[in-house]
Amino acid sequence: MKVAVCVKQVPDTWAEKRLKPEDSTLDRESAEGVLNELDEYAVEESLRLIEAHGGEVVVVSMGPERAGETIRKALSMGADAGVHVIDDALHGSDAIATSAALAKALAGRGFDLIIFGSESTDARMSVVPAMVAERLGLPQVTFAQKVEVGGSTVRIERQTEYGFDTVEAALPAVVSVVEKINEPRYPSFKGIMAAKKKPVETLAVADLGLEPAAVGLGAAWSGVADFAARPPKAAGTVVSDDGQGGVQIAEFLTEQKFI
Amino acid sequence: MAEILVLVDHSEGSVKKVTFELLTLARSLGTPSAVWLGGGADAAALAQLAEYGAETVYVADSADLDDYLVAPKAEALASLIADKAPAAVLIASTAEGKEIAGRVAIKAESGIITDAVGVEADLTATQSVFGGSTVVKSKVTRGTPIITVRPNSTAPEAAPAAGTRSDVAVSVSDAAKGARVTGRTVAQRGGRPDLAEAAIVVSGGRGVGGAEGFGVVEALADTLGAAVGASRAATDAGWYPHQFQVGQTGKTVSPQLYIANGISGAIQHRAGMQTSKTIVVVNKDPEAPIFELADFGVVGDLFAVVPQLTEEISKRRG
Ligand SMILES: Cc1cc2nc3c(=O)[nH]c(=O)nc-3n(C[C@H](O)[C@H](O)[C@H](O)COP(=O)(O)OP(=O)(O)OC[C@H]3O[C@@H](n4cnc5c(N)ncnc54)[C@H](O)[C@@H]3O)c2cc1C
Repeated sequence: MKVAVCVKQVPDTWAEKRLKPEDSTLDRESAEGVLNELDEYAVEESLRLIEAHGGEVVVVSMGPERAGETIRKALSMGADAGVHVIDDALHGSDAIATSAALAKALAGRGFDLIIFGSESTDARMSVVPAMVAERLGLPQVTFAQKVEVGGSTVRIERQTEYGFDTVEAALPAVVSVVEKINEPRYPSFKGIMAAKKKPVETLAVADLGLEPAAVGLGAAWSGVADFAARPPKAAGTVVSDDGQGGVQIAEFLTEQKFI
Repeated sequence: MAEILVLVDHSEGSVKKVTFELLTLARSLGTPSAVWLGGGADAAALAQLAEYGAETVYVADSADLDDYLVAPKAEALASLIADKAPAAVLIASTAEGKEIAGRVAIKAESGIITDAVGVEADLTATQSVFGGSTVVKSKVTRGTPIITVRPNSTAPEAAPAAGTRSDVAVSVSDAAKGARVTGRTVAQRGGRPDLAEAAIVVSGGRGVGGAEGFGVVEALADTLGAAVGASRAATDAGWYPHQFQVGQTGKTVSPQLYIANGISGAIQHRAGMQTSKTIVVVNKDPEAPIFELADFGVVGDLFAVVPQLTEEISKRRG
């Protein structure tokens, strides 16, 4: 089985994120870049599937130079090879353009499964997996809390508002996973050393058969008109419980007309 | 006035409150038409949509829309957009709503904005990003703006309109029938309000100590008519079902009042509750980061504070 796992480098989860005044894109330099947390679960699930069924895992990432570190991280967890979609023309791409570039990078490589994390911690749109499925004309089995492959079928439990749905599709298919699905492994020392020697192919926009003008900030179908830091919330009242803490909250709730 | 399509969020035949919010919002942008995809559009549901201002209710009823995941719905909605050329499309910002929006955007060659908390008359959308630290105003610059709006962003107000039913034929392509829904498992819901829609949410975290500990959280929730939420520490431990998880990988809530009990305030938790209007915290650790968000906080043992609060509320209400 051939599995592609799509990963994104994002600013460290705990770092303060900000937009750049020049072009209203995310300032990616001011914070450490890490493998998007939810993609770790996607990498883990890919590795588990391959451990069970045999085959290979290819990490695919679109991003600037330093997104290479993120590909290495996934390789050090155990993925076999990498594809880095890298081009200055991609800077500022919206989800529409990102899905176009990823779909081109993924097409025609014989992947049985294309696995994503369910959202990135920076943009938080959760739309790229569905968009890639749309572009590739593949079944979409997303928000999986469980993935099983049997023969040429993938069956997932899709987390829903009310519980879960069981969903089935023929391979090849596009999957996204939620954090409940597994516990991602840490790269071993051996894994980190081995990752250095694993092949990473780089693809520019021209290699994808896309026009540079079709991607990036200028091609975005939506744009930021304006942004502002929200003034920090005025500090609230914090009291120590002296035996009347519950009553004090009730008093506050009464003032606020909740009671 | 320009037509604004509102995708109806419904489950088991009942219309979700967010739909009424979207219709209310749509009235400030143009003339709202509701779009019902799938089964269950009975007279009672249609009457509710009319009550909140839907001039027309397009009903696309086909088993394929319910039996296959997302793609058929996107197809049906995209063909309606092609047909009606609306000024904008509003969809609830739920996991599935966003997926439909994403696919529709590609089909309709239109820009998409997700997680809006407001939309102005000129279709500029407001988003609250990076855990609420930045407010962004964006606009779709190509095609029909596809905007997903977070629940609880607009107060629903009734404004009766015709609500004329207009049935639309659907033919779902084979390509869209790739992912078949073979089973639905509905977790217990109980009698409490829906978490994403509730005006008040009372949550518990690791500090609650166990499944039994949630009793004090539930008791407080019930005196307030609130929904119960939980941190991931609590859902992971199996103390409370996952669908009540609040946070990045749980539900995003934005109630009038959020009461966090025994929750430390990890960034992933905040991501799901930061935009709550009023936040009350009970935590025994004065250093817990959740206090940064508190309008009112008590440093103390939740097993003492919460039951006292519950009792006091009952007392005050007589
Ligand atoms: C990819 C990913 C996604 C995640 N998604 C989510 C998510 O959606 N939602 C979410 O909540 N978390 C999420 N997390 C987990 C998050 O990082 C935290 O681990 C989690 O929120 C901690 O839960 P907690 O606050 O209940 O537990 P803790 O951090 O352990 O805090 C417990 C708190 O309870 C207090 N306490 C203990 N006993 C008492 C008592 N008797 N009275 C009063 N206070 C007491 C303690 O002082 C402490 O502050 C995610 C993590 C990752 C990596």
